[in-house]
Amino acid sequence: MNNKILSTVIWLAIALLGAAALGGIALNRGESINALWFITAALCVYAIAYRFYAAWIASKVLLIDPSRATPAERLDNGRDYVPTNRWIVFGHHFAAIAGPGPLVGPTLAAQFGYLPGTLWILFGAVLGGCVQDMVTLFFSTRRNGKSLGQMARDELGAIGGISALLATLLIMIILIAVLGLVVVNAMKHSPWATSTVAATIPIAMIVGLYMRNIRPGRVLEGSLLGVVLLLLAVAGGGWLDHQPALRVLFDHPGLPLAWAVIAYGFAAAILPVWLLLAPRDYLSTYMKLGTVVLLTAAIVWMQPTVKMPALTQFIDGSGPIFGGKLFPFVFITIACGAISGFHALIASGTTPKLLSNERDIRMIGYGGMALESFVAIMAMIAATVLDPGVFFAINSPAGVVGKEAADAVAKITSWGFPVTVEQMNLLAQQMGEATLFARTGGAPSLAVGMASIFGSAFGQGMLAMWYHFAIMFEAIFILTTLDAGTRVGRFMLQDMLGNIWPKMGETSWYPSVLLSSGIIVAAWGYFLYIGVIDPNGGVNILWPLFGISNQILAAIALSVATGILVKSGKLKHAWITALPLAWLVIITSTAAWEKITSSDVRIGFLAAANDLSGKLAAGVLPPEKAASAPTLIFNQRLDAVLTLFFVCLLWLIVLDMLRICARHLNKQPVPPLSEAPHQTTRLEEAWQRD
Amino acid sequence: MATGLTNRLQQAWRMLRELSGDDAYERYLAHRAAHHAESEALSRGEYFRRCEQEKWQGVRRCC
Repeated sequence: MNNKILSTVIWLAIALLGAAALGGIALNRGESINALWFITAALCVYAIAYRFYAAWIASKVLLIDPSRATPAERLDNGRDYVPTNRWIVFGHHFAAIAGPGPLVGPTLAAQFGYLPGTLWILFGAVLGGCVQDMVTLFFSTRRNGKSLGQMARDELGAIGGISALLATLLIMIILIAVLGLVVVNAMKHSPWATSTVAATIPIAMIVGLYMRNIRPGRVLEGSLLGVVLLLLAVAGGGWLDHQPALRVLFDHPGLPLAWAVIAYGFAAAILPVWLLLAPRDYLSTYMKLGTVVLLTAAIVWMQPTVKMPALTQFIDGSGPIFGGKLFPFVFITIACGAISGFHALIASGTTPKLLSNERDIRMIGYGGMALESFVAIMAMIAATVLDPGVFFAINSPAGVVGKEAADAVAKITSWGFPVTVEQMNLLAQQMGEATLFARTGGAPSLAVGMASIFGSAFGQGMLAMWYHFAIMFEAIFILTTLDAGTRVGRFMLQDMLGNIWPKMGETSWYPSVLLSSGIIVAAWGYFLYIGVIDPNGGVNILWPLFGISNQILAAIALSVATGILVKSGKLKHAWITALPLAWLVIITSTAAWEKITSSDVRIGFLAAANDLSGKLAAGVLPPEKAASAPTLIFNQRLDAVLTLFFVCLLWLIVLDMLRICARHLNKQPVPPLSEAPHQTTRLEEAWQRD
Repeated sequence: MATGLTNRLQQAWRMLRELSGDDAYERYLAHRAAHHAESEALSRGEYFRRCEQEKWQGVRRCC
């Protein structure tokens, strides 16, 4: 009884603290606010949602059954099906879902001010993203670890299955293109960054050879070696930057770097995994976890002040980083930090095969996404502790604020965010860069934010080192996603082509490997190329497209979950997935509608294409712009078609799900539930469960 | 007191090894001993190569 009272008091205190922190963030106007409040608000929101909402979903909606044997126990083969300690599963699951998306999205969305993005990261996660990951993990666990595509086909029918497959392939292509663009923009005219990123390739190969031939399977030794080499590469880049003869080798504009990334992507896709992909993945996982821990510690220790206002005037759609109003574009832009369809691919397939008990689903599914959302909050803090003038100077493309530094600062200052050329030059010099103007894509701005936080915590003398460490850290797991994504895309394509010509489906037949890898790389390489030659920076086109496609994949996962809930007789509780689904359908459809039909050339694809073709026909474009105009016009039209295709895919699967639900409720035949039969667990508590 | 700390450190080390896959081969040998004692086990190198190949057949990394 006393315990119950104590627990009530503690949870009330957490609720009050969270409400105070959130209220402080939301109602604060015109005064500076401590970043610690963001962390406090976030932790309280996650704690309460985890303790009450997630627990309620687990026990009352999903009816999680700890006595039921999981696929890992029933099908244990010592390889992919292995009952595993829940902390280990949590580690694997989190390492797989955490990518560069939650770092880039909040950085871009900070143009609206800190408030809208922060609120969506918190509430989108606890009501949408965490629920999606948890129910997908649960349903896949009950189906022997089936993938999202298989579940869509079994539970909804062929239309659902094909839509999920197509959406996954397309989102992969857009994702790789936009991530490639982020890396290219971070390396542009920066010998230090370019040489460090280039050095990660031979370092990964050394580690790969070490783990395969020198000391087979000694993962920790190999990783330690790799981490030390990476840190040396960051320091070595600084040395190289001061050698005139060497620095010119790594000083390149965007286009050659884009070609290098494309060539690298193709090589990585056809090389054996042990040489490049697998060892770099180990390194990127340690870098990612280490940096997140270090950043949290530095923010808690330094308590930096957030300088960005709660809301900026750009909520009206006139923002320099990307065009579009607060609604729906803040939701599209935050993307992975709040809800990510991609997670459904990890939560189905890989993770369920490791679960030793169903009761771990809440911690791994819901808790894993809450931690990912926390990373997004940290990226938001890193973006908003910068002077807003500096933030906009780094992130605004030259096509919007002007090519000359004087024009750019005049324009940004006129928005009410004062910044000077001297300030930017000093900052660039401190960070060891030639310039920080128009370094779009989010990575340089995040790196400046992280460097200033680390610098104030661990000493200002190392700012340039911290900046390039942050760039290397972002680049290393962007390149991992790029390799892994290209490879998955290749397998999916080979699988599809195998239906037409069985020989193409053989994943080890070299002509098929070359052809399918070439097609996938050409597809994302095309969007990357366009992004680089686009005078407005490319990110303003590609990121919304990625956001829309990722949210649509999430909508597909939520449709599958809603369909299963209704078919299992849980109509009363189907709102837990149906409400986030409805919200995603609203925001993605609105965003797609605006991207296609808006007459504002900074928002509408077709408006931009027509505007440019009008200018081209009138002959008012300077020659170098006239040369690239036809390509840009074609690309804008292609983007409009692609967006339309995404939305049609979304509506197709949502309507199909509703049809199945209606048939079920009318007692008409529907595809049966594919849940594996109940078997009682015989697993003794072989490991400690604390 | 000292043994408590040593135990904790050992447990943390075991967690780290399992999380990173450093002890995968030992776990594989234990699994074989328990379930398939009759056939011959792979060597450490062969086992590591097979695991890496299998791991990267599906979606393993997100955005």
